[in-house]
Amino acid sequence: MKSLLSRFGPFLGLLVVIGLFSLSNEIRGYFLSYANFKIILTQTVIVAIGALGMTMIIVSGGIDLSVGSVIALCSVVGAILIQEAWPVAAVVLAVVATGGLVGLLNGAAIAGLRMTPFIITLGTLGIARGAAKWLANNETVNYDASPINHWMTTADPFGWALPTGAWVTLVLAVLTAVMLRSTVFGRHIFAIGSNEATARLCGVATVRTKILIYAAAGCFFGLAGLMQLSRLRQGDPTVAIGVELDIIAAVIIGGASLNGGVGTVLGSMIGALIMAVLRNGSQQMGWPTYFQEIIIGAVIIAAVFLDRLRQAKRE
Amino acid sequence: MPASAAPAPRLRLTGIDKAFGATQALRGVSLEVAPGEVHALIGENGAGKSTLMKVLSGVIRGDAGTMEIDGQPYTPADTLDARRRGVAMIYQELSLAPHLSVWENIVLGAEPNRLGWLDRIAARARARGVLARLAHEHLDLERPVGQFSIAEQQVIEIARALLAEPRVLVMDEPTSSLTQADTEKLFDVVAQLSTHGVSVIYISHFLEEVRRVARRFTVLKDGQTVGAGDVATTTQDEIVRLMVGRAVTDLYPTRQPQIGGPMFTLPAGDLTVHAGEILGIAGLIGAGRTELLRAAFGLDPSQIVRTTPARRWAEGVGFLSENRKEEGLMLPLSLAENTSLPKYATLARRGWLPAKVLAAATAPWLGKLSIKARDVRQGAGELSGGNQQKVALARLLAHPARVLLLDEPTRGIDVGSKAQIYDLIARLAAEGCAVVMVSSYLPELFGLCDRIAVMRRGAVVACRPTPEWTEQSLMTAAIGADAA
Repeated sequence: MKSLLSRFGPFLGLLVVIGLFSLSNEIRGYFLSYANFKIILTQTVIVAIGALGMTMIIVSGGIDLSVGSVIALCSVVGAILIQEAWPVAAVVLAVVATGGLVGLLNGAAIAGLRMTPFIITLGTLGIARGAAKWLANNETVNYDASPINHWMTTADPFGWALPTGAWVTLVLAVLTAVMLRSTVFGRHIFAIGSNEATARLCGVATVRTKILIYAAAGCFFGLAGLMQLSRLRQGDPTVAIGVELDIIAAVIIGGASLNGGVGTVLGSMIGALIMAVLRNGSQQMGWPTYFQEIIIGAVIIAAVFLDRLRQAKRE
Repeated sequence: MPASAAPAPRLRLTGIDKAFGATQALRGVSLEVAPGEVHALIGENGAGKSTLMKVLSGVIRGDAGTMEIDGQPYTPADTLDARRRGVAMIYQELSLAPHLSVWENIVLGAEPNRLGWLDRIAARARARGVLARLAHEHLDLERPVGQFSIAEQQVIEIARALLAEPRVLVMDEPTSSLTQADTEKLFDVVAQLSTHGVSVIYISHFLEEVRRVARRFTVLKDGQTVGAGDVATTTQDEIVRLMVGRAVTDLYPTRQPQIGGPMFTLPAGDLTVHAGEILGIAGLIGAGRTELLRAAFGLDPSQIVRTTPARRWAEGVGFLSENRKEEGLMLPLSLAENTSLPKYATLARRGWLPAKVLAAATAPWLGKLSIKARDVRQGAGELSGGNQQKVALARLLAHPARVLLLDEPTRGIDVGSKAQIYDLIARLAAEGCAVVMVSSYLPELFGLCDRIAVMRRGAVVACRPTPEWTEQSLMTAAIGADAA
């Protein structure tokens, strides 16, 4: 019973948020429509894909503050490559690899030099943002057209088809969840996050595994950058400032612990959805953005507090 | 009851009950301590000692029963209230701020001040005063506490407790991380407390220690008081029988060692352990025993041995950490994961490792080591200390390791679990495993080992068959009294 509650805690939170907005007679009709559901899903994509990588990192006891900058860097790289008329598959690969490379460097510095993830990724936050502006000559990178532009479209609001970005997120979420639960790599992530000393004692190659975690997460951040590009249809080096905080919030609302060793993909996805629903609902209520920011901040604190209560009860 | 016949006890607990849900943790427990008396509270883990002390120190409230201090009814609202009424606790885990100086730690939370302005002179004077009462006024008041040895830190912690002028001081397993020599010093400190009229409740697993330090004792078993008496007139066997219902002579298994060929060589003093042999390593804390085992296992970077834990596991060498909570176990994770982590690669098929496979590989070990747990999915942190240690050992057996490097294998666990772990070690040796065992507890080295090596200042200074040692000669070798 208790474990059920802890597993569905974030899910209940999502229902509560949806329920609260549905109380309003003005917006209920549209808010609960399939078209709006599609819009919310699409608005979740970037944070959700980022949250997949962040879940791995937070479960391993780490943190990555550079995500927003990496997303901007990757969207600029993608825009430039489209300008250069690279084929779509090559653009996708190169953008994901760019994210992976930044992650690899993060991981190498964190595990190899034994420095705290907070400091290292605070550094790469600046470096990646600077590199993006440099590559883009400090302006937006425009291009004529690309199939990538359609991945995040909700243009056809009454159709049933979900945009490509939502499908990609869904498939990756399932794969990541299975990876974390049932593969040696996944269980090593939990072991390292739970107690790195024990993992080392048990022969886990902690340095290599941690580098791999950050590199794999970097690939997710690169993909999120691609979705950002698809949404804006231009490479903007100043985009996605502070997105890492939304992503971290989604993972934490989803029940992960910043101390490591605890967290699920399903929880993080629901966490990302809760934030998207909050934004979407607030917009429809006509609340100003500053009000949305206050609400989301309060929700993060409330979610972590409830989680603490739940865990205290279990003891 | 006429109070004039005898002086009122400092502390009297009568009929204390406490239940947690369906579990009756305490059942009509009574305890009586005279002023200035050192009273040992003995019992296995789970016997209710810590629950009783939590009731005493105001952490939780008992369901029934009365408490009195110096004849006055005593019902602490919380720990702060308990401290005001004169009950102080020294926990097993020290709670000092390592970066602050000695005097800052001692006056922490009770800083002498004028309108919030810290009076450093008075603070230092008070710190020096309480240290003097413990005969430790030589400690440098300005040095950060983190730079002192564990034993000295403990004295500082006791000094901090003394500042509040406690009438009853509870010490929970105070010697569990001390060497023999430091333990002796702690006994002096306890004696000092006693002469100053402070009553000490001394919780310990070490019965030899209890005999040295305490005048009277109370034994708890399954939440009940099963006996109390004078230490001097009660034999150790009688106390152990009260605790576990078995005699101390049964604690160590009888062995017929069959020593085979060499299995493993430690990177110091050509110490080689053979199949079927149990090799003990004695020495003071800081003599380099733990470092030797860790270097042999490839845990800390070392010039002497170039290896990694992964390679050692593959060679059939297993290591048990002395630090169960910080290194030995992943407390939030399941028993299955804690037991099987080193063999993930062999259990998995192409990187694929479903929870079912993991559970199936681990389940038999619960029974084999009589680990008390719901199932293999239970979190390691929910088990008692003794059962956690068995889980840590199960990891070595499940691998399976043929060479076992055990660092303090029975630290901080109850007598019953100790006996089971001794049995297990003996059985493994009989099956042809080679065991190296570091311990600060001499009786278990003498009770179990075929040979004992002594380390001093990072080197092995002697290694002889156990019958050729006495506790006296071993301690002499360990502290280097013969040389210096």
